[in-house]
Amino acid sequence: MTGELLNTLYVQTQGVYLRLEGDTLRIQHEDVTLRNVPLHHLGGVAVFGNVLISPFLLHRCAEEGLEVAWFSESGRFQGRLSGPVSGNVLLRRAQHKALDNPSQTLYLAGRFVEAKLKNSRLVLQRAVRERGETEALALAIAEHEAALRMLPQARSVDEVRGLEGQAASAYFAAFGDLLLSGEFRFDGRNKRPPRDPVNALLGYIYALLVTQCTAALEGVGLDPQMGFLHALRPGRNALALDLMEEFRAWWADRLALSLLNRKQLTPKHFEERPGGAVLLDEEGRKAVIVAFQSRRQETVQHPLFKEPVPVGLLPHVQARLLARYLRGDLPEYAPFVGR
Amino acid sequence: MDRVDILVTYDVNVTSEDGQARLARVAKVCKNYGQRVQMSVFECRVTRAQLEEMEAKLLKIIEPDKDSLRIYTLVGGRDRCLRVHGQDRYTDFDDPLVV
Repeated sequence: MTGELLNTLYVQTQGVYLRLEGDTLRIQHEDVTLRNVPLHHLGGVAVFGNVLISPFLLHRCAEEGLEVAWFSESGRFQGRLSGPVSGNVLLRRAQHKALDNPSQTLYLAGRFVEAKLKNSRLVLQRAVRERGETEALALAIAEHEAALRMLPQARSVDEVRGLEGQAASAYFAAFGDLLLSGEFRFDGRNKRPPRDPVNALLGYIYALLVTQCTAALEGVGLDPQMGFLHALRPGRNALALDLMEEFRAWWADRLALSLLNRKQLTPKHFEERPGGAVLLDEEGRKAVIVAFQSRRQETVQHPLFKEPVPVGLLPHVQARLLARYLRGDLPEYAPFVGR
Repeated sequence: MDRVDILVTYDVNVTSEDGQARLARVAKVCKNYGQRVQMSVFECRVTRAQLEEMEAKLLKIIEPDKDSLRIYTLVGGRDRCLRVHGQDRYTDFDDPLVV
């Protein structure tokens, strides 16, 4: 059911060259070969900043459906290789029809937000259990419960977004209380550019995660831009962002917290740029990627299937469930809710 | 799909006709499926289908009366079957690959 979890190669060393050598990918820096990786081990390649990829390697990746994604050196998503359009045209047509159907759009937007609320609440409740209640935590949990109660009555996607927004602002108001080390503070979410280390870290992990969600959707033949909760905008992978809502708190935020709380990242891993932007440095980015990859390989019990699933395959499992719902094979879409 | 760790070793008779060329071609096939851990020793993590494919390619290259090819399946994975001493150039391609 779940298929194989192939590895992603992350290249963040500046100035390297990736090329095809037979059926292997060769990473070269000037004339030195840093590594050879047989292509059959790879499901994707993510490159950061100044990394060159040879045309033949790109052709091969397009041909074999290997996901190639480009990020800025600081981790901002820039673009993605898209091979020949594949997948099922009937599925994409079902997806478009669902978007034109207000009740189906509302239903799906509601399911994504429901999962987000439940998973965020879980992160908050776990903190209360482990470290005791604070005012902000109690308030945020109450906000989530209120939003979950009101969600089934929402009459429009805008109302769903409103409930989500309210809960999210309470969540981020309490997020600072989840940091154990006194070395980091968090005073609310900011982005483009992030202005403090915690926001820099969150932004970086979200960028990694959205690529996973995009790849998963494309893997089952869905159009990642055609979203239900997120408004359509050229160049925006709205459906990938929808799907990511299920995983933000449970996967990304918890990973960020554990990196900071276990002091795997310290203030020296962040650098301030002119203008007040704060970014992870090269060593910090490497630590994040290693932690992100290890997390992908851990297995969890999927609530729907009684078998263990690698975390990295969860977006694929959800994408498949979504496709089956859109096709009409399943009467409901069950979003991922962790424990 | 399940994957297995295999060990591929070979001797190619380089003094025979086209020996050097065969040696290079054998190495090239092995590189496409795994990694060189010693001069004529490769470790590969492959699916059953890839193993069949690789074996078929190698059998087309070697001369059975001059060369020797051995493929060992490491049952239970290399972690259980292998003790390494001295230089080790193996990379686990299932570990986070960050360069």
